[in-house]
Parts: sequence; C-alpha cells; structure tokens
Amino acid sequence: MSDDPTVSPRRSARDGRAAGNHDAASASSASAPRDSAVPGSARIADPERGGATTTGGVLDGSGRTVLVTGASGMLGGDVARVLLARGWRVRVFQRGHAPVAEREGVDEVLGSVTDPEDVARALDGVDDVVHLAAKVSFTGAWEEFVRVNVTGTRVLLCQAQNAGVKNVVFVSSPSVAHTGVSIEGAGAEPADPGKARGNYARSKAAAELLALSMDGQRDLKVAAVRPHIVWGPGDTQLVERVADRAAAGRMPNLDHGAAMIDTTYIDNASEGIVRALERIDVVHGRALVLTNGEPRPVGELIARMCRATGSEAPTRSIPGGLARLAGKVIETVWPHLPAKLRTGDGEPPMTEFLAEQLSTAHWFDQRETRELLDWTPSVSLDEGFSRLAAYYQDHPRPNRRTGSVSLDRVEDVADEQRARAEESSVASGEESGNATTDLQSVRTVV
Amino acid sequence: MSPQHPGAERLPFTETALPGVDPAWSRTLTVAATAPVEPVAGRRRRWHVLDNADAIAASGRTPQGIVLAVHGNPTWSYLWRDVLRAAQEAERPWRVVAVDQLDMGFSERTGLFRRLEDRVQDLGDLTHALGIDDADVPVVTLAHDWGGLISQGWAQEHPEIHAATVLTNTAVHHDNAEPIPSALRLALNRAVHEPLTSGSTAFLDTTLALCDPTASKAVKRAYKAPYTSRERREGIAHFVADIPAAADHPSHAAYERIAGRMSAREVPTLLLWGTGDPVFQQRYLDDLMRRAPHADVHRFEGAKHLLPEARDIATPLLTWLDERFGGVGSVLAAHREQRSRGRADFVPFFAELDARRTDDSPAVVDMGPVATTVDGSAPSLNVERSVSWAQLSGSVDRLAVALLRTGVRPGDRVNLMVPPGSMLTTLIYACLRIGAVIVVADQGLGRKGLTRALRGSSPRWFIGIRKALVGARALGWPGTRISADAMDPVSKKLLGVTHTVAELMDSVTTVDQAEIPAVDADAEAAVLFTSGSTGPAKGVVYTHRQMAGMRDTIRDTYGLRAGTGLVAGFAPFALLGPALGAASVTPDMDVTSPKTLTARALAQATMAIRATAVFASPAAIANVLATADELSPAERDALARVDLMLSAGAPIPEELLTRLQELMPAAQLHTPYGMTEALPLTDVSLDVIRAAREDTQRGVEGAGRGVCVGTPVEGAQLGVLPLRADGSVSSEIVTTPGVTGEIVARAPHAKDHYDRLWITERASDLTPGWHRTGDVGHFDARERLWYEGRLAHVITMSHGPVSSVAAEHAAQTVPGVGRVAVVGVGPTGSQSAVAVIETVPAASGPALADAELSERVRATVDMATGLPVSAVLVIPEQPTDIRHNSKIDRAELSDWAERALATGKLSAL
Repeated sequence: MSDDPTVSPRRSARDGRAAGNHDAASASSASAPRDSAVPGSARIADPERGGATTTGGVLDGSGRTVLVTGASGMLGGDVARVLLARGWRVRVFQRGHAPVAEREGVDEVLGSVTDPEDVARALDGVDDVVHLAAKVSFTGAWEEFVRVNVTGTRVLLCQAQNAGVKNVVFVSSPSVAHTGVSIEGAGAEPADPGKARGNYARSKAAAELLALSMDGQRDLKVAAVRPHIVWGPGDTQLVERVADRAAAGRMPNLDHGAAMIDTTYIDNASEGIVRALERIDVVHGRALVLTNGEPRPVGELIARMCRATGSEAPTRSIPGGLARLAGKVIETVWPHLPAKLRTGDGEPPMTEFLAEQLSTAHWFDQRETRELLDWTPSVSLDEGFSRLAAYYQDHPRPNRRTGSVSLDRVEDVADEQRARAEESSVASGEESGNATTDLQSVRTVV
Repeated sequence: MSPQHPGAERLPFTETALPGVDPAWSRTLTVAATAPVEPVAGRRRRWHVLDNADAIAASGRTPQGIVLAVHGNPTWSYLWRDVLRAAQEAERPWRVVAVDQLDMGFSERTGLFRRLEDRVQDLGDLTHALGIDDADVPVVTLAHDWGGLISQGWAQEHPEIHAATVLTNTAVHHDNAEPIPSALRLALNRAVHEPLTSGSTAFLDTTLALCDPTASKAVKRAYKAPYTSRERREGIAHFVADIPAAADHPSHAAYERIAGRMSAREVPTLLLWGTGDPVFQQRYLDDLMRRAPHADVHRFEGAKHLLPEARDIATPLLTWLDERFGGVGSVLAAHREQRSRGRADFVPFFAELDARRTDDSPAVVDMGPVATTVDGSAPSLNVERSVSWAQLSGSVDRLAVALLRTGVRPGDRVNLMVPPGSMLTTLIYACLRIGAVIVVADQGLGRKGLTRALRGSSPRWFIGIRKALVGARALGWPGTRISADAMDPVSKKLLGVTHTVAELMDSVTTVDQAEIPAVDADAEAAVLFTSGSTGPAKGVVYTHRQMAGMRDTIRDTYGLRAGTGLVAGFAPFALLGPALGAASVTPDMDVTSPKTLTARALAQATMAIRATAVFASPAAIANVLATADELSPAERDALARVDLMLSAGAPIPEELLTRLQELMPAAQLHTPYGMTEALPLTDVSLDVIRAAREDTQRGVEGAGRGVCVGTPVEGAQLGVLPLRADGSVSSEIVTTPGVTGEIVARAPHAKDHYDRLWITERASDLTPGWHRTGDVGHFDARERLWYEGRLAHVITMSHGPVSSVAAEHAAQTVPGVGRVAVVGVGPTGSQSAVAVIETVPAASGPALADAELSERVRATVDMATGLPVSAVLVIPEQPTDIRHNSKIDRAELSDWAERALATGKLSAL
C-alpha cells in the first residue's frame, strides 16, 4: 500500500489535520512524515516494504548476497528476516547458532568478527553487509570494548573491501553523540569518542567514525544507522526485564518518570536498517538516528510495557541526582567485587550512565532520516503495544522473582539485544594484532 | 557568530581572551591632545579604537555612515563589539568607530585628571585625526552611561556632521531637586571613593553585575582586562569624581551647557533603555524624553545598566538607521498613514455628558454589599451611590477646571488608581475633557507588574484611593499625589498627598466652559495595559479619536442606544457607559478578582437601574452560574429581562453559554473577540456558535479547528497572514477559508501605539495600516473567524506549525480532565506537543498522567485534530493571569514542561 503522494491541503483541512497544511512550504515537504506521525493512524504497511512510499532509486536485493553479523540477537535476526523477504540471499555470521538461520534462503557462518580469517570466510561472495555484532555492556575493560567494537569493525570493513563488497550498513547507537545532557528534538550529531559516556558508547563512536571514514574508498559505500531503544515481543532484554522487575517490585521509576524518550519498535528498526541499505546511494557517508518518532515519558513507556506483559507498573521513585551518585559509586566499585556478590546478570544495579539515560530526555528530530530514507515507520507505538500484549497473552510471563539486584536497561537496548550475538561472535581470549593499533588510535581520538 | 578559532579573539595588549572581538577591528593611533588639562598643548596621546572600516572595505562595500560609539565608566569599546559585527555584516553596512577614551580601555594612561570638558575635546581631537570630521556621510553618536554626555558635547561641537543621536542608559542632566541615586552617592563618598574605584575592582565588579542576564565569566574577564592595576584604574576613579553633583563642581558649567543645548537641536534620536538600572533610573529617561520629545523610545523590560551587553541592541539600531538613512522608509510612518481613521466626524468621547446636563435620571450607580432577606422575599436593594446625569456632568466639569487650576496640563499623564464606580467615572471623564492622558493600570497586573507598568509610563499625577496611596508611597509609584478619598491633614502629610478630589471639587463653584481647552482628536487620551499573560504588561496608547471609535463600534455593533441600562462588570467596558449615554451600574464584587461576582450581586445590580445589558468577564460568568441557586424569584426575573450579555477576555465554551442562556432566556449572548490593542474585533453570539458547530459537523470548509469568534464588528476589517513551516508568517493578507495565519486587524478603534516600545510597535505595524495581533486563526467559508491561540504558542512540529486551541478543546472533553494547555517542547521545527492538564478532582501535585489517562487524552486529541501528543502531564491548577482568571500562561507552562520532560523532575509550577 502506498501513500497518495498528492494529498491536497484542502482535504487535509477537512480532515482536521494540523494547521499550516495550506502553506506551500509545509505541503511540499509533508508528503512522508505527516500521516505517519499521527499515532493510531499508522498504515499497517506491507511488512516486507515498511512504510516506503516509492520504490524508485533503491537497491534491489534480488540476485545479491548480504551478510548480517550478530544475527542471533532480536534485531539482527529480524534484519535478516526482512532482507530475506526483500529478495536478498542472506548469510548470517556470529559465534553461535542463530535461529533465523533455520529459514530457507539463509546460510550461516560461525566465527568471530575480530578474526580476519573467519571474516574472510563469511564474506566470500557477499555484495552487501549489515554489521550489528558488538560488545554491549555497561561495565567491562576498555580494551575489551575496543577489541570487539573498534577492531572488529576495522577487520570486517577491511576484509569487505578485499572481498569486493559494495555496501555496508553499520548499526550504531545514538549514545555515540550523547555527552550527558538531555537531547530534545536533535538530529544525528557527529559521533564523539572523546565525550560519549561509558566504554560502550565511546568504542562505538570510534567504530562509527572508522566505518564512515571508509565510505568512498575503493567503491565501498558505508552508512551508519543509530536505532534508539528497540523493543518488541519476545524481547528478553528490555520488555521482559521490565516485566520481571515490576512483578518483583524492583523497578524504580526515576524521579517522576517524566523524562521523555524515543523508542523504536522492532519492525521499524529492522525495516529502517534495511531501508538504509536500499537507499545507500543517498545515505552513504552519513549517520542516521532511527526511532518511531513518538517520544513518550519513560514512566508511561514502562507502565505500558508492564500492562502489555501483565505486570504491575512501578511506583517507587528514586531521585535522579541520587541515583546518579549511587551509580557512580557502584560503577567504580563493581568490577572489584567478588563474583559471588555480583548476583543476577552480572551487571551493576544502576550505573551512572544508565541513571542519566533514564532521567534525561532523549528524543530526536526524524525529519532528515525519513526524508533521506524516503520511508516512515510502519508500526505506531499503539500498534506495537497491542502486538506486545497479544504476544504475551499467548506467551504469559511466569510470575517469578528474579533474585537479581540489577536494574533493567532502557537505553541502548538496540545494542543489548545484540548482546547475545556478540557473545557468540566474539572470539574468546585470543588477542588480535589489530586491537593494539585500534587502542592507540582511539586513545588519540579521545 | 563570535566563536572562531581561539586565537582570533585576542588583542596584543592583553593575555585575556576577548570573546566576540575581531582583532582586525583593533587600531591604535596617536593624536595631538588639545584638552585644557594638558600642560603642553599638542602633546601626542595614544588611542585605541575598534573600527570595522577595513573589514567592510575588504568585503568590497561602502558604509552608509559612521556610528561613533562612546562607552561610559568603567567599560571600554568592548561594550560595542556586537554592534560592530552586526553593522559590518548588515546588508547596508555602517562603519562603527568605538573609542577607548583616554585613561580607559587600552588607550593611554595620561596621569591627568580628565574632566568632562577635556573628554569632549579629546573626542573631537580623535574624530579630527580619524578624518571623521571631513566625512561626507552621516555621523551618528551612540553612547552609554557617561558617554552620553560626552557624545552630546561632541555633537554640539560638530553640528554640521552630526546626524543622529542614540543613547542607552545614560543621563545628560541631573535635576538637583531629586537626590542622586544611592548607588552613585556611595561611590562619590570621599571615604569610599578611592578604595571602590581604583583601589580595588569593586566599582568594575558592581557595574558588571548590573547585567541581566548575567554576563559570562569570560566576558566579565574581558571587560576587566584593561583595568588590572590601580594605575590602570585611575581613569575610573576620575570619572566617578567628575560627576557634577553640586553647583560648585568644576564640571558643572560644561554639564549645564551640554544638557541645555541638547533640546536646542532636533536630530533624529533613538533612546534604548534598560528598565532595571539602579543608577540611570526612569527619571533620567523622562528627562531625555523632555529634551527630545520626538525621540523613538524602547524600554527593555528587566534589562539593567549594561543594556548593550544584556540585550540585542544592534538589530533595532541598524533597523532604525536603515529607516532614517537607508531610504527604506519608516514602518511606523507608513502604518500611521494607512490605518483606518473611521468614516464619521470626530465626536468627543464625553459628548453625551454635555448633552445631558439637565437629565436627572441615574447615570452611574454603585451597589453596596448584597442585601439578604431571611424569608426569601424580594430584597431591598443596597444602592451605595446613585449619580444622575446632571450631577455627573457638573462634577466632571468642576473637577476638570479644578485639575487645570492645580496644574494638570493637556498631555499630562494621570494615573488613576480608583476602583470602578462613580468616582472613577468622574475622574476619567474630567481628565479626558481637559486632554489629560488617563493611565489605567488595574491591580490584575499584580504588585510587581503594576509597579513596573506605572514607573514605565511616568505619570505626572497620581490619583488614588487611600490604599493605592499607601502603595504609591511604599512602592515609589510616580506622580504628584491626589487622594480620591477624603483625608485628614496628618494622613495627607504622611502619604505625601497634595490635594483631595473633594477639596478640588469644592474649590470650583462656577464653571466657565471657555476655561476648558478643546481636545485634539489625535492627541493621546489613554494608556491601558495588556494583561501580562503574554509577557510583561505593555502600555497601549489610544488617541481621543480611537477612544471615540471604540465607543462607536460598541454602539453600532450591539445597538446600545442612549438610555440603555448596563451592568459594568468588566473593567475595560465600565468606562463606556457614560460615553454611550447609557446608565451604568457597578455590581458588588472585588473588582480585582472577576470570579467574585455572584449571581445575586449581578441580579441586584440589574434591578437597580432596570439594566437590559450586562458586561462581564468569562470568570465572572462561571461564578454567576455556580451561585445561581442562591437567586430569589425576583432576582431570577431581573436576569430574565436582560436582553444583551457581553463577555470579553477569553472564549467561553458553548456549554457554559447554554447554561447562561437558561438563566437569561431573553438575552442575546455575545462573546466579542479582541485585545487591549483593539477591542472588540469580532462578535459572536451563542446562535452563531451553534451554527458554527453544526457547520463543522457538516464539513463546511474551514469550520472547526479552534474557537469560532464570529464576524468582524462594525468598522473592523480582518485577515490572516498565513503561517510558514517554521512558525513565521507570510506578508500577504488572506481570508481564504481554512488558511491558518496570524490575525491582522484594521479598525478605527485599534491602538495608536505601544508606549515607549519602539521595537514592539514596529513589529506590530509590519503590515502597514493593520495591527498584527499575535493571535492565530483562520476563516471559514461563511466568513467567520476561528481563533486558534497565540502565534508565540504555535507548536512547530516536523510536519508543520500547529496551533493548540483545537487540541485543548478536544482534550477537555475527556472525562476527569479540567482545563488543558497544549504546549510545544524542543527546538523550533521539530517540537513535540505536550498536554498539560488539570484533573477533576484536582491533583495534589504535578505528576505524569497515568498511562490510561494519557492514552485517552492522546486518542481524543488525535481523533479530533490529528495532533500527536507525546506526553500528558498533570498539574493541580493552570497558571493564569490575574485580570481575567482565564488566560493560561503558556510561556511559563511550556518552560516548565520542557524542564520536566528534559530532566524527568516535575518541579512545582
């Protein structure tokens, strides 16, 4: 289904749409985002097409092979699914088996992104790459982040060049440009490894700069897409943790839960990433932030997730400033604690980074993204929540206590969801010679 | 603009970075000094100036003229850096020469005590050396602080090239009748003078602190960069010591001469003034305005002494220069030429009074507290005062003559602080009669707003009730004080009252009409104030012709004939009764709070003069409905006889009007739309509101999306300037159905100008002949106007600009939701819409709405308007203005919502 490209201002006025439709400037630029920005009325578009309004000037997947790294995570798996539906031959690459590989038309190579030989094997005969594999964590040694995120990206891109790959979409995170203040209606600012918060964001920032710097070298086109907080049915990283913590009465609502944040429903995230590959001629060399474009107070999001999964909404409130201080202390002490004291999933209960994320605004101006991709999200938040509720009616959450003291991550779940992929794709122990170089290069950037 | 690569903002004289300075402007030159203080005439002195001439020449352009910028004490040319840059980058550039006076900034420390006379001579030496004296382009002086006096001295010595004067927070003369400002008195005190001025940086620090918003640390460091030691600060000390406080001061003669000559030469003058300056207070601006009555004046509300630092003065300055010298024409002049003057001949506002000198029927009636009866029988009316037309006419004449004899002159501003009623009516008409300008600032502005408004409008006379006089003394409200109440000698002395109204009236036994001068139809008649719900209250000046226009519009639109009785429950209209020839009655209520009008008070007022017309505010109507149960049968009957009900101030929901109609079944219910600048502009009745709603449902083009405010009143033309995507407006006036834009109005009763707000006035006149209302709306296919909110509150979403009113009305229909304001948060062009709601019952504190309520509000707004609401926040009560109890302070709300959603913290509002 495609949108009527000739929406007349007059008709819009009768529809009671927003004012200003009559203005020439807004009418000309309004073709894509207007209707989709209206919640509840989002077109349930052809799931294989997303909300794309035109098909002209896009890369056609038929006859092409795409490599998806980190496909064992929710997002990676879904990206593979969408690519497959759009006609690509899909190969997935990570350390352990990815469920999506069981589909027809998907083949799988197991290995580590930091191992040039593994990577070369995966890239054999590949035309396009979507790179999602990364180390995602709020703690851990800086060297380890550099090794996986920066060196891994370097290895992948260098080998891609050697293998004659044409197009690469690097999946990044808005945190690469986040310096700790609130973000309200901003676009995609340049990645800043020096100012980004935490090891994960800093290493991803360096990796994004590295990836984009290779755009245009030897016919390679590279684009970066930064989906912000991806969630959806079966999402163990955000949705189910929120549900479990809420059920256990452990989910504090920071301040009054009023910080407004953007999120991305899983289908929109994977369609947007695939769309970036399709529109690579337009978007290469750029970084695009990707969201649903429907910011909500964090408290409302958590409450709706709880409701959709059948749990109680949180009522506890920890002031943001206090949480930040506590986070700082914990972040410093945590790595030195004996393992037996670090219960749960191994993450500290609340890092400063996370507290900041939950207590400051993070919402973005999606105009540029939508214009460049010529695409709008196909699943509204409302639709997303009803899909979530439908899913959890069929898959009820056991009402259990987790015994964990950790707090769920809301920020960068897009990356978290790839954690599993990363765990399987990161070669354990073995040091790559490239890593040392990347450490140094990142240090000089920092 | 200013942040370039770091090294670019340094000068060779100092290690300190000078943010905003282009080193290419910096220039030193030596000039032969001829000042009397120089022991050897012609001794060469080293000057430092900032001069953008080369930068302009490098861009291949020719300046329109030269701005000679003279700083005061203890600043230096750094003060003018933004002016230099803007003038250089302007389409029609101006050369700006900003001097560092000798012993100041980075100019030479001469070790001599340079007094006013010397400094004027110094500046002349410099302009001679720079070749400015021989320039064949206009030279405009721009000055701050004591630079004002020096630049005026220079201007008087160079009349052949001096083309215009621009002054900011300065003084050319101190009237010795008033004490020197305490801030300066302290600095002049011998014991503290040295330590304050040169011995330490105290004087510097204090001056730099007189800046709102506060200057950054880097900027403060830059101001202090030339004054790093006692020796380098000696100029500051001398400057302060040269303030000619007394007649025997060495600089006194030069000072008197320069001040005296300022009035002698009429050159174009622009006065830009920070209102919060503890040194150069309002009275110095008043003095300058007396010396240059033709000056264009803009008062920057809240800005302090360092105005050029705190506000953008470069933009208005260059606009003004362009209009004066760039041949682009004056917007104000074009507006004045093209605006409506009405068709009819001028009939003075007070003409009906003259026509009724022998009429003994009541003209003005004041009601006392509502009388109650125990048994529910018809109550006896508590009429506090009843004044007949003959009495009113006589009182007005006597008071007019008395005021003239007391020294009130035509054009004098008279502040009236008297509650509505017969006394206020008498005062208003007496003032208008003699051409005195009434200043009417109601207490709805709040104490701070009131003080600000009164100080800013500089009334020469203050007439008030005792309470107001107490306030005048305590808060320093200006004007020679006259008491409206009778007062004993002790109180008079205590409150500084020179006369009482009663004494004045008694002093006149017979009135000779010849004693009263005729009024000039185009002279100022009144200064009214905006409610302050859209920023600091603005003074709005009306001429006699425009006041008469307002009267005629009301009369012709509503058929209010002489002889009608009206209840004046709404302050702005309260003064209209006598002008219309209509008897008016003031109901018993707290006039500062419209919502205190009860149904019984209204009914009894109606009964007192058999009134058939009622003027009331929306808040008053809500309370009348809430208290309608208390009405006795007789009182109900009285209200049932009302045939016209007018309510202005804010739109009233149809539901409320429908309930009111039940109370007043015979009445045509009208809610005119207008503003302090033009009241009314449109009229709408309940019938029209209903028809408009039905048209919305039928899909009549343009119907819906806002509040229907009806069709233009008699004499008014309306149109809209369509909104652009970024929230700005186009220049073409349209009435195309469905096209949303800023509402513009052309009417004989629209304001003359904003008082001392040149920039604001110019902005409102940009469509010459029309008043830009700052409201947005659109027309429908039946030529009705739909109001959609304030232009400043338009939410610029990524899909285009959106006005909020329709969304607010939709959200208010959600069960459990009270008043709603939909505001934008985030940057222009990608804002997000946030609904801030009251709940029923009210919440105990600000909170995030629960998910269910949020979804209901969001879905309802979406259904009605398609507007995507991101967050729904709950507050106990909307912040509203005091005057109407109805206009929600959206600026405050959107700031608050922005903070809450950015930080997650819901602070108290």
